[in-house]
Amino acid sequence: MGKRNFSIASLPGFGVIAMITFVFLYLPIVTLVVYSFNEAASMARWEGFSLRWYEAALNNRQVQDVSIRSLVIASWAASLATILATMAALATTRNERRFPGQTMVYALINQPLMVPEIVTGVALLIFFAMIKVSTGYQGLGYLIAAHTAFCIPFAYLPIRARLETMDLTLERAAADLYATPLQAFRHVTLPLLVPGVIAGFMLAFVTSLDTVVITEFIKSAGQDTLPTYMLGQMRRVITPEMNAISTLFLLLSLIAVTVFFLLSRKKA
Amino acid sequence: MSAVELAPHGADTDKPKAARGDIAWRWWLVTPALIVLLLAASGPLLIVLVYSFLEPGSFGGVVWNFSTEGWFQVFFTRDIFDETVAPATAHLDIFWRSIKLALYTTLITAILGFPTAWFIATRAPDVRPIWLFLVTIPFWTNLVIRTFAIQEVIRNEGLVNNILMTLGITSAPIQMLFTDFAILLGMAYVFLPLMVLPLYASMEKLDFKLLEAGYDLYATRLKVLWHIVLPLVKPGFIAGSILVFIPAIGAYVTPRILGGGRNLMLGNLIELQFGQGRNWPLGSALALTLLVIVVIALLFYIRSTAQPEGRRHG
Repeated sequence: MGKRNFSIASLPGFGVIAMITFVFLYLPIVTLVVYSFNEAASMARWEGFSLRWYEAALNNRQVQDVSIRSLVIASWAASLATILATMAALATTRNERRFPGQTMVYALINQPLMVPEIVTGVALLIFFAMIKVSTGYQGLGYLIAAHTAFCIPFAYLPIRARLETMDLTLERAAADLYATPLQAFRHVTLPLLVPGVIAGFMLAFVTSLDTVVITEFIKSAGQDTLPTYMLGQMRRVITPEMNAISTLFLLLSLIAVTVFFLLSRKKA
Repeated sequence: MSAVELAPHGADTDKPKAARGDIAWRWWLVTPALIVLLLAASGPLLIVLVYSFLEPGSFGGVVWNFSTEGWFQVFFTRDIFDETVAPATAHLDIFWRSIKLALYTTLITAILGFPTAWFIATRAPDVRPIWLFLVTIPFWTNLVIRTFAIQEVIRNEGLVNNILMTLGITSAPIQMLFTDFAILLGMAYVFLPLMVLPLYASMEKLDFKLLEAGYDLYATRLKVLWHIVLPLVKPGFIAGSILVFIPAIGAYVTPRILGGGRNLMLGNLIELQFGQGRNWPLGSALALTLLVIVVIALLFYIRSTAQPEGRRHG
């Protein structure tokens, strides 16, 4: 690529609009975080710095319950999705020609991205209601299964991207040195793939934590996750406790996304 | 590199057995993922289709009798007393509103997203990922939290009204929450990164020498933008539009929090049928109608991306 001439690339007003966009993106979040430290119970005015809402949030039994449930579901769903997506990514890369049916496999893997969440939510509500009636099982399995399926494309994309940029001559070298395919995979491919797998896991984890609509449709009584709990609370009078919960949640997502960002930048 | 890599595969074609083994091995690896996806994502969509042709049960669920009433009710209402059929204007209004709001959202995100993506694409290569990261952080923040944040900013006692009143621009707070404006603002906020990222991806590949050539031939900035930049970033525009339009048309959380229960969108209408409405067949039919709108948008996308591809090869 040649040198870019900045005076040629600059278009008048674009920088200003870009700055407006960044302010637009961050102003609401920053406001939310700032007001989580507000002493006042109402958000109408600022009455000084306080951590009381964090204390309230952390001591709120219901918040503890839904947070743990969210983390349990996200851990299960992200782990399962990452394993399944890694296998699928190994199967759909490193071949010159697509194998018969590969296009269909792509379509199925990406399907959760294309169908509005509410439609998937309705479909799973109906399907799981049928299973609940016939088996009597009411547990978290439904939510974990739904989240796993929904997270697969998010885990798959970074893992596939990693596989596609990996130098496969190393794998061939291992084979030339009489490594069995399993040995080559275990000692060469897998270590190289690890950053992609962790990145995929992080993305899947955040996706599961974010999933609201599907959870809202299929949860049984007493199975609220943090986002559906918050959604339910929106109808009531909101105190800065909600800001405090949001800020803690935000921090968690931020950590996961930062890990993803750093790992996906690492060159294979 | 490719010569080394190709050799064993070239050998594979001489041994169809090995190739077949390779394909079988690949199928074994994808099958577990496909089973989960078929059970918990794609497969249940077929059950929705079946349910849309059944009778509603009195406490939710369905009665297993074939009926087209669910689909009929999507578009028409029957008078309780004299059985006269009239268009279901309430539903059609919500359809139209949803399409309109989704299109406006796409337009707003494009107006903000294009200059933003351009700004990022024209930064020095080593700082671009940081700007991009700044765009993606809000995207990975929970939808409920982001919508809640917007609510905090625009509510009557919120930041915007406080500033306006302190500055003396208005004496009473302007009602922004629970209006279409609020929904539009919320959706634009939530989906903006989905427009910026594909636009950036197409701008990153742009050969800036073409712009230079344009200016050398005395084109104005506007002409360069219109005749050189826009045609080249069109694929990014189309991809961004589809990525924004699909979740916007199916939005549920944003209109629920910011529309305040009065300004419904399609997603809320669907939810209503499975909740208070207790009309699962109608809800199923409405969900499938939404899916049809999405498929139409996707077909439009596939058609419009197929064309430049053909030209490139031609």
